[in-house]
Amino acid sequence: MTTSSGSSQKKVTVGLFVTCLIDAMRPSAGMAALRLLETAGCEVVVPKDQSCCGQPAWNSGDINSARKAATPFLDAFDTCDYVVVPSGSCAGMLAHHLVDLFDGSGDTHAQKQASSIAAKTHELTSFLVDVMGMKTPPGKTGARIAYHDSCSSLREMQVSAQPRALLKAAGADVVDLDKADTCCGFGGTFSVKYGDISGTMSDDKAADIEGKDPDMLVAGDMGCLMNIAGRLSRRGSSVEVRHVAEVLDGVMEAPPIAGPRNTASGRPEE
Amino acid sequence: METTSERFRESVAAAIRDDELKGAMSKLTSALRPKRASAVAGLPEFDQLRDHGIAIKMHTLDHMDTYLARFEDNVIANGGHVHWCADEASARQTILDLCRQHNVRTVTKGKSMVTEELGLNAFLDSHGILPLETDLGEYIIQLRGEHPSHIIAPATHLQREQIADTFRKSHAHLDANRAMDTAESLTEEARQELREKYGAADAGITGANFMIAETGSTIIVTNEGNGDLTQTLAKVHIVVASLEKIIPTMDDAGVFLRLLARSATGQDMSVYTTLSSGPRRAGDLDGPDAFHVVLVDNGRSAMLGGSEREMLRCIRCSACLNHCPVYASIGGHAYGWVYSGPMGKVLTPSLTGLDKAKDLPNASSFCGKCQEVCPMRIPLPKLMRNLRVKQTEMKMTSWRQRILLFLWSSLASRPALYRFVTGAMTKILAGLAGRKGVFRWLPLTGGWTKMRDLPAPEGGGFFARYDASRKENN
Repeated sequence: MTTSSGSSQKKVTVGLFVTCLIDAMRPSAGMAALRLLETAGCEVVVPKDQSCCGQPAWNSGDINSARKAATPFLDAFDTCDYVVVPSGSCAGMLAHHLVDLFDGSGDTHAQKQASSIAAKTHELTSFLVDVMGMKTPPGKTGARIAYHDSCSSLREMQVSAQPRALLKAAGADVVDLDKADTCCGFGGTFSVKYGDISGTMSDDKAADIEGKDPDMLVAGDMGCLMNIAGRLSRRGSSVEVRHVAEVLDGVMEAPPIAGPRNTASGRPEE
Repeated sequence: METTSERFRESVAAAIRDDELKGAMSKLTSALRPKRASAVAGLPEFDQLRDHGIAIKMHTLDHMDTYLARFEDNVIANGGHVHWCADEASARQTILDLCRQHNVRTVTKGKSMVTEELGLNAFLDSHGILPLETDLGEYIIQLRGEHPSHIIAPATHLQREQIADTFRKSHAHLDANRAMDTAESLTEEARQELREKYGAADAGITGANFMIAETGSTIIVTNEGNGDLTQTLAKVHIVVASLEKIIPTMDDAGVFLRLLARSATGQDMSVYTTLSSGPRRAGDLDGPDAFHVVLVDNGRSAMLGGSEREMLRCIRCSACLNHCPVYASIGGHAYGWVYSGPMGKVLTPSLTGLDKAKDLPNASSFCGKCQEVCPMRIPLPKLMRNLRVKQTEMKMTSWRQRILLFLWSSLASRPALYRFVTGAMTKILAGLAGRKGVFRWLPLTGGWTKMRDLPAPEGGGFFARYDASRKENN
């Protein structure tokens, strides 16, 4: 692995925001993100006072609940140089909506903290490439990989080339989907509230993926991954679904998302 | 027009099972998306043009009263008349009165979404005046007794075979064995049927894409030329337009016309751009004897002072519909009123009432594609979110949603407790899922699991692993 940052410089302190979905559903992807940042030469802290960025409530129009959920976050990440997030959607919430969320709260301290967090938040792969100058990730793979762009990554965080470059550097054969810039249908609570529409959108995405016959479907957002993996699984597809951090880190002990487990507990056999 | 937006969920369920609709939607999106993309790529200054257009619109919205008054003065100076109508009932009545004043029995119509708001066709029909739609798509759906499913392609929900069936039934005087298997043959048949009707009509009613304050002119764009025939061959021309169609000058129109066609169909310009500036003058070769503009507010003034103000920048190009994955999944009728797609999700609640269109601002994944392609850069997801905030403030959301968000946010605001609870829950769920790694069904997740499996959590939270790894390293 090579980076452009010299070892003599003072290490940058990165606060890893694990995100509630990775914390609950896919800790392996969070551990992979942590190792990637350390490999890139960052001093990584994982503040314990984190839970969720408040996006589910914010997008439901419930400002009070969103503020309540996001408040611990403001203090927790106050002191780090960067906030790095293995999700374009949560990164987009922090970078583009947190200021609006606390706007009108009357709490000037919280508003100041929100602006500071907004300015230093990055999505994981774009941080590795654009800030840390990572060229080659530690993981190696020969897989044919279809990469899915989450809408927030693409439109709010300008992430598209970075994960593809790293996957190619890891040895992957990266294939583009026909409708790469079309939403997979996740949309947070939308996926449960409007299951008919969301499910139809996920089916279009799954068909696009299967048409490319990849070994693996990879993305940087846990919500999209659960949605796509869920539809592929229902269609009986054999495409493996994984978070991009797992592939770039190279430790893929966990079974794929929605994939069958080796043991009943879900953890790989020792 | 009556709204059925309240029955959105039922309409969606029916739309999703409709295979003909699915085929038609797939044709629409696969045709129009690449056309817009190549038209935009072919004009390097497209983004500057957008910024210019937005600046004009924002300025005009700030001074709407002034420009509308100037427009009225100039229409009158040209020999025309302007009628101000606060709501749909007064607009309908005004148009009916004008028809009676000019002894109008038959009306040809150019495509106009605001007349759909008014439910004008049914109203005129019930008062003994026969309206005939002359836009091909509008003509087809008028024959079928339907409403437009798209703001510029009203019959886009139909496949060619369905249109051929409609023509066979409606044009019973034609040879039953005629070939109707191409778009050209269908268009030619409609053209022949319509052609003789233009001259016979007493009045032509059109909408307006733009109203120009400095000249008192109105502009319509069409690809069929039906608008020209509608407004020049009848004795009376009635333009029906909503207030936000006003722009200051003819030069401004050039900016919008270039944006409109590229965003809509990927054309550099629409085939026909038709200006109307009053009745026929002495020496004119053609034109109507009388020219009326019916200005319709119907909720726009209220929007001007409210949080949906930015929606008034809309130039009705339909780019947001054409690029919306939700619209592509359900078609336009499910939205339940005149406007559909992302712009309809903001406009319909704003104009008909949020209580009558509760689902519309919520039925979006916030993918942001609509805002990306909107020539006026209207922040549609933000406007939909604003409407969701209003629903929360007005307690229009379900009690289940309110309780779940309250419990969730209370838990999330106490990270240690949150981790304890979610850690335990994920272990239980991982155990329940077992070797399969997915759930086919779980309580409260029916919306998800109807079409998708629910991936099981790995089991245990991130922080348990993180703590364990730190201990190992120390």
